[in-house]
Amino acid sequence: MTPGSLWESITAAGVPPGRLHGVRTAVDLADLAHRTSLGGRLGELEGKSVLLLIRDQLAAALTMLELDGVARRMVLCPPDLTAQHLPGVRRDAAADAIVRDAHGLQAAAADVPLCISAGTELTPMPAARRAAHPTEWILLTSGTTGAPKLVEHSLASLTSALAGQPRPAPGSVVWSTFYDIRRYGGLQIFLRAVHCGSLVLSEPAEPVADFLGRAAAAGVTHISGTPSHWRGAIMSGAAATIDPQYVRLSGEIADQAVLDALRAAYPRAIAAHAFASTEAGVAFEVRDGLAGLPAGLIGAPGPVELKLADETLHIRSAGTARRYLGEGVEALRAPDGFVDTGDRLEERAGRYYFMGRRGGVINVGGLKVHPEEVEAVINAHPWVRMSLVRARRNAITGAVVTAEVVLAEAGAGARPAAEALTRELTERCRRALAPHKVPAMIRIVPALEVSAAGKLVRPLA
Amino acid sequence: MSVRSTITTQFQQVAKEQDRSLAPLSDDLKLVQSGLDSLSFAIIVARLEDSLGIDPFNAAAAVEFPVTFGDFVRLYEDFTK
Repeated sequence: MTPGSLWESITAAGVPPGRLHGVRTAVDLADLAHRTSLGGRLGELEGKSVLLLIRDQLAAALTMLELDGVARRMVLCPPDLTAQHLPGVRRDAAADAIVRDAHGLQAAAADVPLCISAGTELTPMPAARRAAHPTEWILLTSGTTGAPKLVEHSLASLTSALAGQPRPAPGSVVWSTFYDIRRYGGLQIFLRAVHCGSLVLSEPAEPVADFLGRAAAAGVTHISGTPSHWRGAIMSGAAATIDPQYVRLSGEIADQAVLDALRAAYPRAIAAHAFASTEAGVAFEVRDGLAGLPAGLIGAPGPVELKLADETLHIRSAGTARRYLGEGVEALRAPDGFVDTGDRLEERAGRYYFMGRRGGVINVGGLKVHPEEVEAVINAHPWVRMSLVRARRNAITGAVVTAEVVLAEAGAGARPAAEALTRELTERCRRALAPHKVPAMIRIVPALEVSAAGKLVRPLA
Repeated sequence: MSVRSTITTQFQQVAKEQDRSLAPLSDDLKLVQSGLDSLSFAIIVARLEDSLGIDPFNAAAAVEFPVTFGDFVRLYEDFTK
């Protein structure tokens, strides 16, 4: 492959020693030198904009390794992408090819000129790979209306946090992650792992204890997840199955309780909490076992610059994404190169603490919820005049969604009892929204505060 | 209603809402085997804060994360003492 492709990068120091462990099977990275998971059809994808509609994480990992440097663009669709949002993703990505597995959205392929099957079976490669494209890596992130936004990265931006770091001895590191590798947090772990060792992939339906058992059997040394993943692991009673050297938390605010619980569970491990976002890239890692971050990190010179503007964290580095794809999208970076993360920080006694997100975006166990999307579902009820959806702090998933509803003076038929109405609204939300977006509590209130500009006042989370 | 019965009711209510089949609740039942997922537990903890007026997970003192249903009930009982 041409210099700069992922395959070239991981084989620069010789045959890669690592292995990718899926839930059913494993693949040695070295085998990919002469074998392919795409049935000999990789060459057809040269220069294409390719949607990866792959359920199986191992098949997706193999496809990414093969496709980087060959495709013009690869769009990493997470497995929960719905048929409803797929046409928008295809359009914004100008996709002209699809790689999918047996579980991938079937209807999607109907009118795409080129559709190739992914899998975990390797067959001999018919011709050497011809890698001539600096492939754009497109990640999906949730937007205000529920439709995903497409975020453009490159291999260079995705691996910028690895640059300049000492490489561990080949084969000495076995990574694992609770994340899906199509999401930024998981993709970071995938790219780290293939550069220095092995990776144990997760599977959504798999019980935590079984996943940790597989990770232990593979000799996991490094493992990452959200604070919610880690609380789940501790509450599963199976945390002691693994004995890692390094435990990483990201994707949500790490509070002191979860950091203390991890220190108790893994006394010999480094427990680090990291900040990264799809748009802003990897920003920093805190290893002192305390929640929040040392105030000195803000404004310090270095490859990653952090600044506060309106109490919100802004980041500039080689790891930020380049732009959003699509028509009429907003700029991802400011003219000075900083990316606004939307995460609010507050200083207390020489340390900054995360205070939730500006604009009210709610983070439930690492999954974003835009209040407006939930409010739109509630407001469609004939007896609802307006509603306010907001976060409520929660020790299990970081936050849950709650809603306050103001009833209309008149609606269809007789005015329903409060209890019946909240039940009905919950049912509506359950039919229309993903489970983490459904309010845990709905309260009928007499009024909601509206600003002088006529907008609903959103209290800071 | 006792703390235990309030908690039991919430487990049953949330399991029903989330379409999950709840294992018989005994003190040695592991939460991971209860049939509930982490979102269900998050909802239970939020609603218990409303009905009991406490959130032991959010207290200033460090808490042991519960592993069994019995641990979970004790956490709330100890907190209301």
